[in-house]
Amino acid sequence: MENIPADNSGQIDRRQALKWIGAAAAAAAIFPHASAQDRLAPPSASPGGKRIGWDPLLNKNYVPGDLWALTLTPKQRKAAAALTDLILPPDNPGDKLPSQLGVQNFVDEWISSPYDETAKDRPVIVEGLDWLDAEAQRRFQKDFADLAEPQKCAIADDICGKTAVKKEFKSAQNFFNRFRYLAASGYYSTPQGWKDVGYTGNVPMVDFPGPTPEALKHLGLA
Amino acid sequence: MAIITEKDLQPTYDVIVVGSGAGGGQSAYTLTMNGVKVLMLEAGRNYDPVTETPMFQSKADAPLLGMGTREKPFGFHDATVDGGWEVPGEPYTQGSTDPKQRFDWWRARMLGGRTNHWGRISLRNGPYDFKPYSRDGLGFDWPFTYDDVAPYYDKVEMLVGVYGSNEGLENTPDSPNGTLLPPPKARAGELYVKKHVAKFGIPVIPIHRAILSTRQDHVNFPGRLHPNNPKAQKIIAKAMQERAACFWATDCGRGCSIKANYQSTTVHLPPALATGNLDILCNAHAREVTVGADGKANGVIYIDKVTGQERAVKGKAVILAASSGETARILLNSKSNRFPNGLANGSGLVGKYIMDTVGASLGGSVPAFENLPVHNEEGAGTHVYIPWWLYKDASKLGFARGYHIEFATGRRMPGLGTGSASPGYGKSYKEEVRQKYGAGIGFSGRGEMIPNENSFCELDPSVKDKWGIPVLRFHWKWSDHETKQAAHMEATFAMMIEAIGGKARKPQVDGSKAIEAGGRIIHEVGGAIMGAEAKKSVTNQWNQCWEVPNLLLNDGSAFCSNADKNPTLTIMALAWRATDHLIEEMRKGNL
Repeated sequence: MENIPADNSGQIDRRQALKWIGAAAAAAAIFPHASAQDRLAPPSASPGGKRIGWDPLLNKNYVPGDLWALTLTPKQRKAAAALTDLILPPDNPGDKLPSQLGVQNFVDEWISSPYDETAKDRPVIVEGLDWLDAEAQRRFQKDFADLAEPQKCAIADDICGKTAVKKEFKSAQNFFNRFRYLAASGYYSTPQGWKDVGYTGNVPMVDFPGPTPEALKHLGLA
Repeated sequence: MAIITEKDLQPTYDVIVVGSGAGGGQSAYTLTMNGVKVLMLEAGRNYDPVTETPMFQSKADAPLLGMGTREKPFGFHDATVDGGWEVPGEPYTQGSTDPKQRFDWWRARMLGGRTNHWGRISLRNGPYDFKPYSRDGLGFDWPFTYDDVAPYYDKVEMLVGVYGSNEGLENTPDSPNGTLLPPPKARAGELYVKKHVAKFGIPVIPIHRAILSTRQDHVNFPGRLHPNNPKAQKIIAKAMQERAACFWATDCGRGCSIKANYQSTTVHLPPALATGNLDILCNAHAREVTVGADGKANGVIYIDKVTGQERAVKGKAVILAASSGETARILLNSKSNRFPNGLANGSGLVGKYIMDTVGASLGGSVPAFENLPVHNEEGAGTHVYIPWWLYKDASKLGFARGYHIEFATGRRMPGLGTGSASPGYGKSYKEEVRQKYGAGIGFSGRGEMIPNENSFCELDPSVKDKWGIPVLRFHWKWSDHETKQAAHMEATFAMMIEAIGGKARKPQVDGSKAIEAGGRIIHEVGGAIMGAEAKKSVTNQWNQCWEVPNLLLNDGSAFCSNADKNPTLTIMALAWRATDHLIEEMRKGNL
């Protein structure tokens, strides 16, 4: 089997990807203060939900919701969209917001899926989005999506882990980490995300040209 | 003749081939090109890579960004359908609950089997690899030499199309001039590794893979493949022209609709069908080989998976190429008064000495690769590798036999996990993601396992599949040779990552923790080993069962060692050689 770099886990050995996902999900604690009514039904109970199956049509382009129903509430979806836009702002004029690219739909597909690998993320993300709105209301008397950018940043700065995170925000930090993992995975899988990181593959070429002179020079190989 | 349904079955065939992967595909190709009438039985459904392969689909086009799932363990776009580590209704069992004694069995119930998704790495075994016992007293020698097989490696390389180079290294054979296709250029990171590990005496050279870097020589190859056989030459020349060269996009593991890589379904089966001598019956799960009053194989009983009915077909000879495990299972399930312990099992060795490849891996991040000027590094998966370089140090290492190293760098298609190594959010986060994208490296060792008494399969005494056929129960144990080798791999990877200024986790010094579980590398071979004596082996050097000479085992089951070189090319070369011999014996009336 082939082996692929770790920074590219969509292509890494699937066993390793699963191990990684499993470990990350296990490390994320569910919000301890979630109320009883927030307790979630298992996603497999969602209407129309089904698995990928052993013989799916492979050369079809799927979109979130094709195989199993999406389960975020409109309010949670709005918070998710706002958070993707905060984490992954457009680089260039004319670029779309991640929410316009539907990145929140991937997050929803993930947490709504009937798979064990994603199940642990479901309470983390759903309860985290509820917390985000509750925290925005507590601090600024608005839902997260309706906050001004500096207000969003004030919350995000407390939970993003770039600086020391206070004890009371540990659960929120877990949520932010997992959310960012999913949002970035979804975003960088879009053509705009490819452009952002400088991925120029998936196009047919007559010859494989190898590294450019600039790349060789960068590595001291020229 | 064609892909048929049951009503079109002929009353009898010259040869029944069970399985349609590398061994079955090659057997059917060689037979039909020589005018032999063949029925191929495939347990899975018909599968057509030309119409079914997801070419250019991005990860975002797959559910969950293509994440590996229970039903699609290597990711949504992986070519395997109706298969993986488990197959519904077709269990296998473990002889022990100890995770270190576990064997995981990858099956692909589809036309072409595992050739549809394999890594296409096509390394020849070298002269040492066929005489391991003579060199260090461990395992078994093969009943022939490298020179006996070399002409068949030449032919298989020409037929399937293999890129690579001749480097003249020890036990790493060269191919005759004009046989290999040119290797693709190394990527920037690969060249960087090559430069910085040279001081350890570690060579980084082009790998050999069954991918058309250029189109095949359809003018000269046909005559070299099929001398004195104009019909075969014409058919294969046409088939070669129907294959396009690689366009350096789309993972090979998805299969290839333009036929630029080898999979049985695009390379072996189309010309075999074009001869008019091949019938393929899909959804036909072989249960047992039947034997006549003369003790010879005379047919196969299979389950028609569409109706669930048991059926029988007749043939003058039978070739099993169902995968090592499945072939052993069929033999063990073929019990009769004459063969009470299973067919061709007078030695008691059917199911014994199963092998996989030693696997361990270590990944890291490499600051030197950060901010590499943007260019397309996709290519065709693996371009270079490190062959085993320590033949001279064998006595000092504490383990016998060696490994090769596959590694990957480069700016590949982003997906699940892209951006996960960076903190924060917003512009500064995105800047760091950009900086670190493509700056990873992953090393994997692939090493030789020595066959041992504790690694075998047998029929489970109680568990049956959904058709009532007894299933395999696996027993597995790595020896110190393999676990020490895995620890050596880890240490080597750490040394190389350090040499390129990279960062990695601490290497695992306990090889039993570093090594992958049995079966995980999907290089399952053995279970019906060949040898020079009937008492000590199941087949002779022509893959013929000692006790049933018109029954051949043309997959990896007859392997009596498992060199670090990936087995598929050798399966094909030996299948071709064995099938040539079968044809000759049939012509002489010896069967």
